[in-house]
Amino acid sequence: MTAHLKLDKPQSDRLGDMAQGVIGRETPRREGPLKVTGRAPYAAEVGDGTEAVGVFARATIAKGKVTKIGLDAVRALPGVCAVITDERLLRNPAQGTANTAPVQGGRDVAYFGQPIALVVAETYEQARHAAHGLEIAYDAAEDAAVTPEDAEPESLESKQIDIGDLDTAMSHAAHSMDATYTTPSQNSAAMEPHASIAVWKGDELTLHGSYQMLKFNRNELADSLGVDPEKVQIKSPYVGGGFGSKLGIAPEAVGAALAAKELGRAVRVVLTRPQVFEATMRRSETRQRVRLAADADGKLTGIGHSAWVSNLVGEAFSEPVAQATHFTYGGANRSYRHLIHRVNRTCAGSMRAPGEAVGMLALENAMDELAHAAGVDPVELRLKNIPDRHPEDDKPYSSRRFADCLTEGARAFGWHKRNPTPGQTRDGEWLIGLGMASAARGNILSESHARVTLHSDGTATVETDMTDIGTGTYTILGQITAEMLGLPLDRVNVALGDTAFPPASGSGGSWGAGSSGSAVFVACQNIRAALAEKLGMEEDQLTLTEGSVIRNNTREPLSAVLDDDLTVEGHIEPGDTSEEVQQAAFGAHFAEVAVSAVTGETRVRRMLGCFAAGRILNEQTARSQCHGGMIFGIGAALTEELVHDPRDGHIVNHNLAEYHVPVNLDIPQLEVMFLEERDAHANPLQSKGIGELGISGAGAAVTNAIFNATGVRVRDYPATLDKVLPGLPDI
Amino acid sequence: MSLHTTLWINGETYALDADPRTTLLDAIRDHFNLTGSKKGCDHGQCGACTMIVNGRRINSCLTLACMHDGDEITTIEGLGQPGAMSALQEAFVRHDGFQCGYCTPGQVCSATAMLEEVSQGWPSHVSEDLEGPAPLSEAEISERMSGNLCRCSAYPGIVNAIRDAAEGGTT
Amino acid sequence: MRAFDYARATSATDATAKAAAGATIIAGGTNLLDLMKLEVMAPEQIVDINRLDMNRIEHTESGGLRIGALVTNSDLAVHPVVRRDYAVLSRALLAGASGQLRNKATTGGNLLQRTRCGYFYDTAMPCNKREPGTGCQARDGFNRILAILGTSEHCIATHPSDMAVAMRALDAEVEIESATGIARTIPLVDLHVLPGETPHIETTLDEGDLITAVILPPPPGGVHRYRKVRDRSSYAFALVSVAAVLRIESGKIASCALAFGGLAPKPWRVAKVEDALTGQEPSPEIFDKAADILLADAKGYGANDFKIPLARRTLKAVLRESVEAAQ
Repeated sequence: MTAHLKLDKPQSDRLGDMAQGVIGRETPRREGPLKVTGRAPYAAEVGDGTEAVGVFARATIAKGKVTKIGLDAVRALPGVCAVITDERLLRNPAQGTANTAPVQGGRDVAYFGQPIALVVAETYEQARHAAHGLEIAYDAAEDAAVTPEDAEPESLESKQIDIGDLDTAMSHAAHSMDATYTTPSQNSAAMEPHASIAVWKGDELTLHGSYQMLKFNRNELADSLGVDPEKVQIKSPYVGGGFGSKLGIAPEAVGAALAAKELGRAVRVVLTRPQVFEATMRRSETRQRVRLAADADGKLTGIGHSAWVSNLVGEAFSEPVAQATHFTYGGANRSYRHLIHRVNRTCAGSMRAPGEAVGMLALENAMDELAHAAGVDPVELRLKNIPDRHPEDDKPYSSRRFADCLTEGARAFGWHKRNPTPGQTRDGEWLIGLGMASAARGNILSESHARVTLHSDGTATVETDMTDIGTGTYTILGQITAEMLGLPLDRVNVALGDTAFPPASGSGGSWGAGSSGSAVFVACQNIRAALAEKLGMEEDQLTLTEGSVIRNNTREPLSAVLDDDLTVEGHIEPGDTSEEVQQAAFGAHFAEVAVSAVTGETRVRRMLGCFAAGRILNEQTARSQCHGGMIFGIGAALTEELVHDPRDGHIVNHNLAEYHVPVNLDIPQLEVMFLEERDAHANPLQSKGIGELGISGAGAAVTNAIFNATGVRVRDYPATLDKVLPGLPDI
Repeated sequence: MSLHTTLWINGETYALDADPRTTLLDAIRDHFNLTGSKKGCDHGQCGACTMIVNGRRINSCLTLACMHDGDEITTIEGLGQPGAMSALQEAFVRHDGFQCGYCTPGQVCSATAMLEEVSQGWPSHVSEDLEGPAPLSEAEISERMSGNLCRCSAYPGIVNAIRDAAEGGTT
Repeated sequence: MRAFDYARATSATDATAKAAAGATIIAGGTNLLDLMKLEVMAPEQIVDINRLDMNRIEHTESGGLRIGALVTNSDLAVHPVVRRDYAVLSRALLAGASGQLRNKATTGGNLLQRTRCGYFYDTAMPCNKREPGTGCQARDGFNRILAILGTSEHCIATHPSDMAVAMRALDAEVEIESATGIARTIPLVDLHVLPGETPHIETTLDEGDLITAVILPPPPGGVHRYRKVRDRSSYAFALVSVAAVLRIESGKIASCALAFGGLAPKPWRVAKVEDALTGQEPSPEIFDKAADILLADAKGYGANDFKIPLARRTLKAVLRESVEAAQ
């Protein structure tokens, strides 16, 4: 049986009606005991030890053609069983939701670090050495564009927008801001490197991979190999972090599959950490010009956000920098430009909150600058500029407790203690400052399927190819099912991450929980209906609780009323509510920093995020998602920068010693507040995405706090000490 | 060339005949199929491979298996199992001291040995006094755990879990 | 990693003999294996000295300390005598790397760490240190972490150790056994050499030489400080570090030893800086004068220009704090 819901109208809170107290409750991750004891198997770990091992050899020029590969020398090395130089090898991973193969063909080099050949040997030690020694000759192109300045930018027509007349608004403004901000390339740096084991049985391929969006990945892999998707199965029950870097099929999966086919045996390919940096996805560097025009009270009359980003030739993705600028603040005169430099650098793709993560660094930094210039409190400035309706298309907002996030967050943080004059608060050597920023992230529903079975023994099973990349999916889908079917959580089994199961939305764009959860909800709702019919009652009269049915004031175990399993495949799809209203989650970040007056080193002392994102499905895992986002924001603000060599574009710091993701000591105890909210337009769970809200704006709160502490305005992220140093007082 | 090495892992003896290039981490993951210890960087820059060797936490990716003939090694599998977790493992679950779980075995091994270092009075970079006692403050835990990266950024939960387990007694 | 023959040394003599015959000595291995995986170093023979009896910390007859070359960074940092009498060394060690790495890294190995220069670490890049004569990409490339003092046109690498900086301030000596069985002791200052025209030569050690111990002179007394400035609050290499041992008598600086990390190809110490301070009443002016002397020949290469003001400020702050603590 299948059940389908297209979201053409707002939904009642049927989930809330259940009143089981399971949904929303702080519930530890159900797979937690497996993870903390090392028993959860990740992609590279499911083999039986007989796999051959592949290691990539990379391009060491920025652009050109491979003219010769020294196959013979390497094939003669101990243990080497194959060198794959197949035309089907990927130049770079597929973009998220691409659903088709990315650019293929190993002979045309588009960036330094591009995988050129896969060397396969009996052992990892043999393969690594052989790959390192593989001689590759090139015909290097003279016209490589290794920095954005090397390439005239393309203009994306649909993103050049002018509403009203911003230039005039700027010239008439009582207060205005016109500044340029830059953010560097970044890397998701998930702790598990990209890994695949490919196993063929005849013409059927099983790929154990580490991927976020399996239904797309299956098609991308099949298309890359030139086989029927029906013949491809991908399994990713555990994914060691993604953050966007595992959205699309990547070189190691295709390499493993090609090698396994050629050798007639299983092949394992795990990218080295430098290869994760060089050959998966980076977040594009950005240059952003933000213009703000305001009247004497600080009310915006105009807003402009122009962005320059980069990517390889042939990539449709470009960092959507101004995404949140469109709907966060009012102002009648608006202008946007979006320009893309085609560069010979590692592919740019989605990294946690593409768009907002960097766009709000600039926008919220600029808002702080405007507040300072206008003498308006930064919280107050934002409150003044919350529009009634979408300022560009006049749509109403679905749910939006943006103002409450600002005011309640400010109260909880003690914002009123902030001295608006920079550089006034000192604690010994340390200059203390407070800063804040808004958070906003658009909400999306994505088509999703899930199969739920209520077994005759009173247990339930959920099956979907949805992934849990640390987001809490195993737990949340269990909670939704338990809530809807009145079951104790431990009677719900959740099976994920296998394309043999119904196709889900996948994890990305913050839509995973809402979308896959809604598919589960729809299935459960129809199981309830079927059960009610079986029992001769209306669904809304059916009370299920603690594994029992209550009717006629008597309680019967479900196992007593079920003589057979009830299975429903739920299917949710976006509809008119995605078009009719502006859906987004909102929040506010508050940070206290200490900046060394001697060295310019910044330490975050306190940070609070106050968020409204519809129903919170599990307060514990949601809080952890917000922590994760906020800490990514701290990294973006203070330490993270992929450095491209100016001569060949290669990533110089392609390791975790010199690409500085925050360490434990960089992070204080963070406070996260959730405001009660329901969003009837978002989905039947009335939830909104939370995975990327926490990063949106977070870093700007930190740099704004640096300004308050020191008077130094850092517009070139990250705010490493060298950028703060020149503005510090003499010692 | 193949070398014979005997390792004592989680109280059991394991015989390894392998290429001398094999790291302790790869030996245990690939040859003995104890895959709880993770490879995040292979260069001692993330801590996911942390094991306890002769009572000390180390990065098992940066040492050769053949250098450890006869050594006593504890991996995550030796600290507990689902249904019989150590106090620290239980605290990690309770405090959500992880998300994707990939760095977690390293975090747990590291924290287990770190608490032993604290009990022996080892100071840290953030200790006010090199010679005095080092109370297990938030900063002390954070500094001592900074060799274990967590990109999901479960640091607040990790600190709370360690503190809870340490205050609760044995780990 | 290139295939190699592995042997376990049975004695120091055995180790030096094997090393003289071309083997590379492995102790903690935390840097060597890192580099071998990338084939930045590719030895064909490895001699493992971990089972040798060189992991003791003992008092010397002159009242100093003899630290066996295999003493781990952890054991050295937490040794009660080191914590009490050589606090600058404990502090430097604890500021370095991570708990796990300190448990493996050894005293001898730490002295012989290679630079963190990104061009040295990538075999696709020219590098005079790795492949003499190929050129230096760092000068016009990413050099944020690289040196401003003691560089040459051929190399601007920094020595990454914290431990060695503190040892330099403590006037440590290095005990070396050669393949001919002769033991010698040299001042630490004479262990590392500047790159000049031969950046691939980093020390004065000969083939077959084995560092067996580091000798610290009797405790210097005074105030000990080690300040490390870096891009993260922990687990990052130094941008600038300052080791200071300072004594005040009658309101004047009676003695001071100052060594610097993150600035140069070797632990950096300048006698004239200390001379300028010794016998003087502490003041911002005299601290500035010391910084002037330290940085007189400093040269930035773009991304590391900031190290010049940073070193000045850090030195001044360390001096001020040390004086305050001493008074």
